[in-house]
Amino acid sequence: MHELAVTQSILDISLRHAEKVNAKQIVTINLVIGRFSSVVDDSVQFYWDMIAEGTIAQGARLCFERIAAEMTCQECGLAFEPTDETFACPKCLSPKVRITKGEELRVESIDVE
Amino acid sequence: MTQRIPIVENILSANDNMAVRIREALDRANVYAINIMASPGAGKTSLIIKTLEALKGRLRLGVIEGDLATSIDTDKAIAAGMPAVQINTGGECHLDAVMLADALPKLPLINLDLVIVENVGNLVCPANFKIGTHINVLIASIPEGDDKPYKYPGMYKGVQALIINKVDLLPYVPFNMDYFQLGVEILNPGLVTFPLSAKTGEGMNVWTDWLVAQVKQKNK
Repeated sequence: MHELAVTQSILDISLRHAEKVNAKQIVTINLVIGRFSSVVDDSVQFYWDMIAEGTIAQGARLCFERIAAEMTCQECGLAFEPTDETFACPKCLSPKVRITKGEELRVESIDVE
Repeated sequence: MTQRIPIVENILSANDNMAVRIREALDRANVYAINIMASPGAGKTSLIIKTLEALKGRLRLGVIEGDLATSIDTDKAIAAGMPAVQINTGGECHLDAVMLADALPKLPLINLDLVIVENVGNLVCPANFKIGTHINVLIASIPEGDDKPYKYPGMYKGVQALIINKVDLLPYVPFNMDYFQLGVEILNPGLVTFPLSAKTGEGMNVWTDWLVAQVKQKNK
């Protein structure tokens, strides 16, 4: 359900930046969304079509760049995609790993006319 | 002509900014606040009630309850003699900073030392939405299973304390504590953890003493 709040924020941020350059229309919104951010593209798109109506962002295309989860082993340096059963390093089996990618949740840029 | 405008802005920045303002308001009133999160059925409300009972007379307490629609939890807190405010999220799966900003003035903050916020029962998204409290606390519980850090890493990463509730059920439920704690350690190294049972009271005093120490340290 929280995609409504997320979508509203995407709209607010996009409109604020578009207004700064007196844009007439927002054409594309480029989003970067990591695996750990628990945001579902389809839900964002669903809400988008409703809430962008009547704004200069109406009809704008949402481009989702999905970032896979990545962990990096602190012992051997291997970067790997964790499963949802274990986070240990698949090479040296060390449990000393840290999340290095997948927490992104940002508006990267917009294309305007 | 199409023009690209670089933005690079966190999507939840508006919420984060509001959370900063809430923290400032809490600090001005010299109130410590904690945000309690867990899946439905982990024992949030009973742990809070037991915590309130244990801290009665030691700290002045208030409660904010997030819930989808009912006020059952708030009624329990009021029955325990605490000022309590209900936030009905109307279907939203988490509390956000704006909801807190509305609810907080309804508590007599100036007369309180500690505010306990009970978030909506959900292991997916509440940790993404900062609400301005000083710490986030996650309640895990034994019957949920030992794989939850691996399934819901965002929640385990986003907290400053972890309670493992219902340890009295360990003899009856398959739960590999080493496997569980390994996942926690990877996501949140050195996380302070309190194994306890809100039902039997086992381990409760370690948690409540720690909480009192946090509040006292802040209010120094």
